[in-house]
Formats: sequence, C-alpha cells, structure tokens
Amino acid sequence: MNKIIVQGLKYKYPLSDMLALDDISFQVNEGEFIGIIGKNSSGKSTLCQALVGLVPHFYKGAYGGKVLVAGLEVKNHSLADISLKVGMVFQNPFTQVTGSKMTVYEEIAFGLENIGVPRKEMIDRIDDVLTLLKIEHVKDHNPFDLSGGQMQRMAIASIIAMKPDILVLDEPTSQLDPAGSEEVFNAIQSLSKQGITVILAEHKMEKVAQYCDRVLLLNDGRVVDVATPEIIFSRDDLETYGVLAPVYTRVCRALGVKKDGSDCYPVTLEAAERVLRKGVPLV
Amino acid sequence: MIKVSNLSFSYKKGGAPVLAGINLEFDQRSTAIIGQNGAGKTTFVKLLKGLLKPDNGDILIHNVNVKMKTTAAEMAGTIGLVFQNPNDQIFKRTVLEEVMFGPLNINMGKIIAERQAIQALKMVELDDKLEMNPHDLSLSEKKLLCIASVVAMDTDIIILDEPTIAQDIHGKEKIREIIQALKDKHKLVMTIIHDMDFVAENFERTIVFNEGKVLLDGDTRYVFSQKDILREAKVEAPGITQLAEKLGFKQTILTVEEFIQMK
Repeated sequence: MNKIIVQGLKYKYPLSDMLALDDISFQVNEGEFIGIIGKNSSGKSTLCQALVGLVPHFYKGAYGGKVLVAGLEVKNHSLADISLKVGMVFQNPFTQVTGSKMTVYEEIAFGLENIGVPRKEMIDRIDDVLTLLKIEHVKDHNPFDLSGGQMQRMAIASIIAMKPDILVLDEPTSQLDPAGSEEVFNAIQSLSKQGITVILAEHKMEKVAQYCDRVLLLNDGRVVDVATPEIIFSRDDLETYGVLAPVYTRVCRALGVKKDGSDCYPVTLEAAERVLRKGVPLV
Repeated sequence: MIKVSNLSFSYKKGGAPVLAGINLEFDQRSTAIIGQNGAGKTTFVKLLKGLLKPDNGDILIHNVNVKMKTTAAEMAGTIGLVFQNPNDQIFKRTVLEEVMFGPLNINMGKIIAERQAIQALKMVELDDKLEMNPHDLSLSEKKLLCIASVVAMDTDIIILDEPTIAQDIHGKEKIREIIQALKDKHKLVMTIIHDMDFVAENFERTIVFNEGKVLLDGDTRYVFSQKDILREAKVEAPGITQLAEKLGFKQTILTVEEFIQMK
C-alpha cells in the first residue's frame, strides 16, 4: 500500500525567485525506509517539510501538485491533523526544543499532551522512548543543559513517543558519535520493521547504503532518480550532483570490481570485502 | 604552543570529574580530538579557551597561564573557538557585522577588520551575502559563517567543534581548504569531530578521549592502527581503514588512493 504519494509537487518560498521543489513525484510503500540525498540546497529539508505540512502551511509561498501522507492530502489538512500521522525530527535539535519545558521528561511529554494522550499511556510511552534512545539518566535535566548528542536523542525520542505512521528525519545523527549514530540507526530500522514508514535526509552515505531500502537523489529541487542504494551509488554521474558514494563503492569502482552477477558496485563494508577477497590477489 | 598539565575539571563542586589528570602538549601539527559523546572533548577546549576554569592543573598558552587571566576576553586574540551550534555564536544582524564583531573586539581597526572579514567570507563563499541576516542562512551556511568569524580574528590557535556537520562534499572541501590555508600560515588547527574519514584525510595528529582521560595520542595513522584501544573508546577507524584491515593489509590505510596503490 502506498503510504506516501507525491505528484508533481512544486514549491517556491516567499521572497524567492526559484522553485525549491520542482515537479517532484514519487511513491513510498508502508514500512519502507527511504533515504533522501543530494547536495546542500538541493531541496532535502524542504521536501521533508512538505511531507509534514510545514510547507506550505507554516512557510506559505507558492505551492502546486499533490502530497498525500497516510491518506491525507497535505494542502487540505491542518498541521494538527497531519501531526497525528507524520512526525518530523528537525535537522538542528536546538531548534526543535520547545523552550517551554524544564526537564527532558516534560519535553518529551509536550507532543503527547498536545494530542491528548491519557496520562498513564503517556508515562509508559515516555519511559519506552527514554530507554530506546538511552537517555533515562538525563530525564530530569534541563533540555538546554544537554550535550548536542543527548539533545538529538531527546529530539528523536519526543517524535517517536507520538507513534506516527510516518517518521521523517532530517540528518538525525549529525551530533552523535559513531557508536551513537549506529544505535540510533538501529532504533529507526527496528521501527521501520514494525511497519513505520521512514523518510531520512542524510549526508552519511555509508549509513544510507547500509539501512535504506531505496534512495531518492535530489538535485536543484528535482528528482534525479529513486532506486536501490546499489543502483544510485553505482551511477557514473553521482559526483555531478554533489554526492560522494560510500567509500566502499568508490574503492571498488576504482578497482573495477562489481558485485557478482550484477552491474552494480558494492555499497557496504561487508559486500566490498566479499568481492575484493575474490577479485584481485592480496598483498 | 599549548602545555596542559594535570588538568582536572568537574561542573559541580565535588561532583564527578568530567576531565581528570590530563597532560598534553600541542605543537603546530593539526590535531583531531575524537571520542564518544560525553568523553570531555568540548569541556577540554572550553578550558583551553578560558571559558571554564580548571579545578586543578595548569594550561599554558604561549607560556602564559590561562588561570592568571581573569577573563576569557584576554585570551580572545590568541585562541579562537568555533562553536558546535552556530546559534550559540551568531547574534548580529548582517553577515558582515557578524564576522567583523570578533576582529573589532580584539581591537583591530575598522578598516582592517572589514578587510579580514571579507577575506574570510570569500574563503567560505559567503561574500555575496554580506547584507543578509545570518539567521536566514541555512544550517550549513551558518556553520561556515561561524568558521569565517573566527578565521577573521587571525588567532594563532583555531579550534573547530564539529565543523563538518550538515556539510555536503562541496562544503567539506571548503573546510579542507581553510584548514590547509591556516596550516600554511603556521597556525595550530584543532578540531573535535566524529567524521573519521575527514580526520584521516586532514589531520596529522589524533587524540582519543575516553571518560575524561586521554586514552591514545599520536600520529593519525598510528592511532587508527590501534584497533583494540579504539574499540575501548567506542570509536571506529575510517571505513577504508576497516576494509583494508579486513582484507589483511599489513599497513594502516587512511585514504582510497592509498588503498588502490596497495592493491
């Protein structure tokens, strides 16, 4: 079933002369994990905001085409309605924090209070996400006393607690160390396996390659391609779109070693190791 | 340039130490500080800059004890820190004013400050946005603006806290060029960073922090060869280093080019 349908979406910010999104069309199935990649200003964050309705309801501007999320047409529904179905984790966790709550625990409760979740369930959900994101030990801290990494975990926790059908994340692990990013990606993957649809804008190509089912490549507000990580990262013209393939793909391409029986290069450490072991003799 | 001896620090008096018994010397080698979140990296650079006061130990910068300075302002002409979160740093109304603020504050004349600011903004390719409000920039542009603000101050020591966050390859390339330009001017460039590929390609020395202590310190190639210690600090070697190691390469590989040469 299509959980997200985007048809001919065009969007221009107020005061801007250029289309930020230019005739975007794609569809996403329920439970799919989609990565959005592209250079800065290619439209990744704008597209994320179009899926939660901040484009056009909050930013205004000129809007055309259609975005359907979990059956709701974004243009015709309020942010409040859409927020019950789609949750978004902001690129900069510092801008997501409400500023009106004194503790991490209450900060995570904020969204739940707003949608009227009963107290008992609220407590259960908050406890769950505190554990999932490993931030129980800071639950009584002031959100602004957290480190960048802890704040990012809190930002993700507060959205996951709302149990959206669709989870949109804009570079959710930028402040995290490698072990922390891995943990967060695992947590997101397990949600995706439970049937939550995930859309993730990301610059860490190794992670996109490892976790995403399909990758959407954006350039100047247009969709260049939507395909599996292997197909996308094996494109010859990737660098012209300001994207560098995972290091494993680059090294296999330089050595001309493709995956067995396919026209694609490996995109993960394991796959690269496998083909390189067979390929060239080792030093 | 910097000598740190027996440095300890905790945020609450008598509380758990965030840093304990740190002894380090810094020369002009570009240096990356890596380690888990909470290892004490940001606290350490705030101490260097004089934004925090050590509980114990000494920090000498150009043979001046940071403790003896009463305010961070007195250190501002010597050591520049680019914050992790640009919103903590930005507060002026235009891009140009933002970058001129630091130079003016350390008593550069207006004309020189403006020249320094424009030169720094050229390096980050924001010189066509001088009159824009910094808060209207994208996150990646804000990060570059903050780097320019510190570069314009022409300090001997420049510390970048997570410079590559939100940058695409073009942005990273610009940061790479800036670091190289600063190195060419014999400045000490330090960074706190989680992007190990960027460390491998750009920094001569790497220091691993773990639970408030220095776990490992040395040439970047040596540090990334110490698999077991890295694991203890929950830090990963760059992807290409891991691939080479899995394939049984004897040497520690840091870049794709090195890998291909070895094959």
